[in-house]
Amino acid sequence: MSTITEPATATRTLANQYFAGLARWSIWEILFWAALVGLFFVPDANLPLYGQIVIWGLFAMSLDLLLGYRGIPSLGHAAFFGIGGYAAGYLGKFGWTEPISGLVIAALLAGIIGWLTGRLIQRVSGIALLMVTLGLNLILYDIVHRQSGLTGGDDGLQGIEIAPVLGLFRFDIFGRTAYLYALAITFVLFLVARALVKSPFGLALLGARENPRRMIMLGAPLERDVTTVFAIAAAFAGAAGAVLTQTTQFVSPTALSFQRSADVLVILIIGGTGRLYGGFVGAFVFLFLRDWLAELSPVYWYFWIGLLLVVMVAFFRNGIVPSLETLVGRLRRR
Amino acid sequence: MATIATVLFNGVAYGMLLFIMSVGLSVTMGMMNFVNLAHASFSMLGGYVLVVVTQQLGLPFLVSLPLAFIIAGLVSIILERTVFRYFYGTDDLTQVLLTLGLIFMSIAIVTYFWGGTYQQISVPPWFTGQQDVFGLTLERYRMFLVAVGAVLAVVMIFGLERTRFGACVRACVDNARVARACGLNTELVFAVTFAIGGGLAGLAGALSANLLGIDPNFPLRYLVYLLIVVSVGGMGTITGTLVAALLLGVADVAGKYYAPEIGGFVIYTITVLVMLWRPHGLMGRRA
Amino acid sequence: MTDPQNSPILEARDLHMAFGGLVVFERLNFALGRGERHAIIGPNGAGKTTFVSLVTGLLRPTSGDVLFDGRVITQETPQQRVKAGIARTFQINSLFKALNPLASLVIALAQRDGRANVSLRSVSRERKLIDEANELLVKFGLAGDALTVTETLPYGKQRLLEVALAFALRPQLLLLDEPAAGLSTAQGHELFRQLAVLTADTTVLFIEHDMNLVFRYADRVSVFAAGALVVQGTPDQIRTHARVREVYLGT
Repeated sequence: MSTITEPATATRTLANQYFAGLARWSIWEILFWAALVGLFFVPDANLPLYGQIVIWGLFAMSLDLLLGYRGIPSLGHAAFFGIGGYAAGYLGKFGWTEPISGLVIAALLAGIIGWLTGRLIQRVSGIALLMVTLGLNLILYDIVHRQSGLTGGDDGLQGIEIAPVLGLFRFDIFGRTAYLYALAITFVLFLVARALVKSPFGLALLGARENPRRMIMLGAPLERDVTTVFAIAAAFAGAAGAVLTQTTQFVSPTALSFQRSADVLVILIIGGTGRLYGGFVGAFVFLFLRDWLAELSPVYWYFWIGLLLVVMVAFFRNGIVPSLETLVGRLRRR
Repeated sequence: MATIATVLFNGVAYGMLLFIMSVGLSVTMGMMNFVNLAHASFSMLGGYVLVVVTQQLGLPFLVSLPLAFIIAGLVSIILERTVFRYFYGTDDLTQVLLTLGLIFMSIAIVTYFWGGTYQQISVPPWFTGQQDVFGLTLERYRMFLVAVGAVLAVVMIFGLERTRFGACVRACVDNARVARACGLNTELVFAVTFAIGGGLAGLAGALSANLLGIDPNFPLRYLVYLLIVVSVGGMGTITGTLVAALLLGVADVAGKYYAPEIGGFVIYTITVLVMLWRPHGLMGRRA
Repeated sequence: MTDPQNSPILEARDLHMAFGGLVVFERLNFALGRGERHAIIGPNGAGKTTFVSLVTGLLRPTSGDVLFDGRVITQETPQQRVKAGIARTFQINSLFKALNPLASLVIALAQRDGRANVSLRSVSRERKLIDEANELLVKFGLAGDALTVTETLPYGKQRLLEVALAFALRPQLLLLDEPAAGLSTAQGHELFRQLAVLTADTTVLFIEHDMNLVFRYADRVSVFAAGALVVQGTPDQIRTHARVREVYLGT
């Protein structure tokens, strides 16, 4: 325990290298996005399904910011997905058909509601927090579901029109434009999220997740940071909802149902929290499984999903991505 | 044209049902800090026991009730010993996901054996129809529910306060670690409490079949109500669960009757407000 | 006219603290001089940690005031007090278990300098913060464990990190709650020796049970017992004070 043990310069390089390494793009990341782009060119690719996966991946990533990085669980995240979805829907229905600007407006609206929610849940934690997020989601669903005059109720919003992207690319029935649009938006938002979590703000989120009391004693503005991350997570979820509405020209109350909130949570847990990519991996697994199992045994696929969840929680609690990381780390050390 | 009193009574009947269904969850959550969403599946199980006993075995309705209690109790104790106890101490989210997975599996299992539609339920003739009571026309089955609920509530509160086992339960809810240090066999208390709680859920499921219907989606439909009752009432309290269940039952029925456009809205709003004001529930401990 | 340099840096005036029916402090008055190395000793349950929590703002007194640098801070939030120059360590380590010491210190420094606001700027660009974090690691002998997950560090190193985090804030007043708790005698002395050097310009208020450490490093000592400040004086005065023996051993 002496004061100077090794030259400060050697360790300084190590320290800088550490953070530089965190910021650097790994080969897996590049391969991941290249693969997603490559899917577009695969003949007879099921682009509508892949588009869904990308959208769910974005949606789950938004929850990851909240849960994985800041440690705030939510049973009602679909509320923001739905707000974005309906906002984009109303814009498309009432003449604002340009998709990108529509998306931005929808995401902003969801973000504002997210900011308000963040303010509301400041002092709440544990079961109470789960119940508040669930309750707010159910309230919103109830309103949307019941006000069929305004929202079309269970039948959904009708008459949504979306203009071609950039005036050139029409949303076709094969899902080609939809896939690229979803992928492009998702990639841009992913870049933002990645930069955010690798910034000092991202570190502060991790610190607050690990030990809020210590963060307070370092002078951290916990309240402000919670509302900020909530707003961002909500905006991203809203963007995902808007993309879904725009690519399908349809939105219905299922977009903000408890079922959807539960699904996105399950997807994120399967893929793994705190890695940003967990949401995408989880979406792949979940949607592929659901597709495949539902075909095999339409009534009993629930059993296998349930079993998967139980097994994951019991043996791979951290999810796929972190478990793979650990595995790769162990293999490397051999 | 139902009067306010009838609506209130129906609300109380529904509340009693919710009470019986939720009280086991409240106590186990307060005692082991274990969020067992599969509790809703125990209820469903009780409903299907009723179906098998009355429809397939042809036994009387009243026989099915204790059978539902026993079978659901057995299943819950088996699950507790083989699965749940390895997850005591893990965080809430982990337990939510685990038990959610179990709910999914239970839905599929039930669908496999009995199909996906609502089951036929029949109750003895003297439980059907209405009865004039003090000038009010009340449904007989609902009166039965209120009676059963009231008796169970009294028995449980008395049992908790006056029996030795009740004292053990209270000790474990208060501080299981210290209780164990004092020589209490907490494992046994946990197991028995789980069994009784699960059994009650099964009983509630059997009782509710006539009123709410039994189908594979039962757990997911009523899970939210269970969570609301338990969190609003306060975990680990019987009186808290009773109060919250009655409040919820009345609010739900009155809401659906007097303001159908608002309906579920009211309950969810109450839940959010209570959680913000009193995160441990109306009568929860550690407030 | 009072010389600002001689006015106390920390004051408690008629501090009353009660938790429901339990009264911790009846009427506590306390003053801490600038630049002092002041030890608080006393039997368990005397209210020492409660006092520190009242100073840092994690607790609010039922009545009475806390003053820092001549200013009443009783209603200020803990974060405001940290920004004003107060830092503290906890009796039981309060660290970021899943993070490493380097990241933990960068977090502390980023908070201190207000560089943790929402941004898309990578941490790797914060050269100054990373370098300062590195220097702190070297100062506290943690350079070799910079990238080790905190949870896996031996207790002694975790304790060092706990102190380093508070020290990183460059506080005017450093509150240490039993810093040597859980350390061996040798480790405890080494820690205090380092602190003595590092905190030359800081006022330090520490709670300790090890009397050797107290008598070696404190300028002044306060004895707390049953929620009251019983005796104050230099270590020598305290050592021989009859009341102190009474407080610890009973009559």
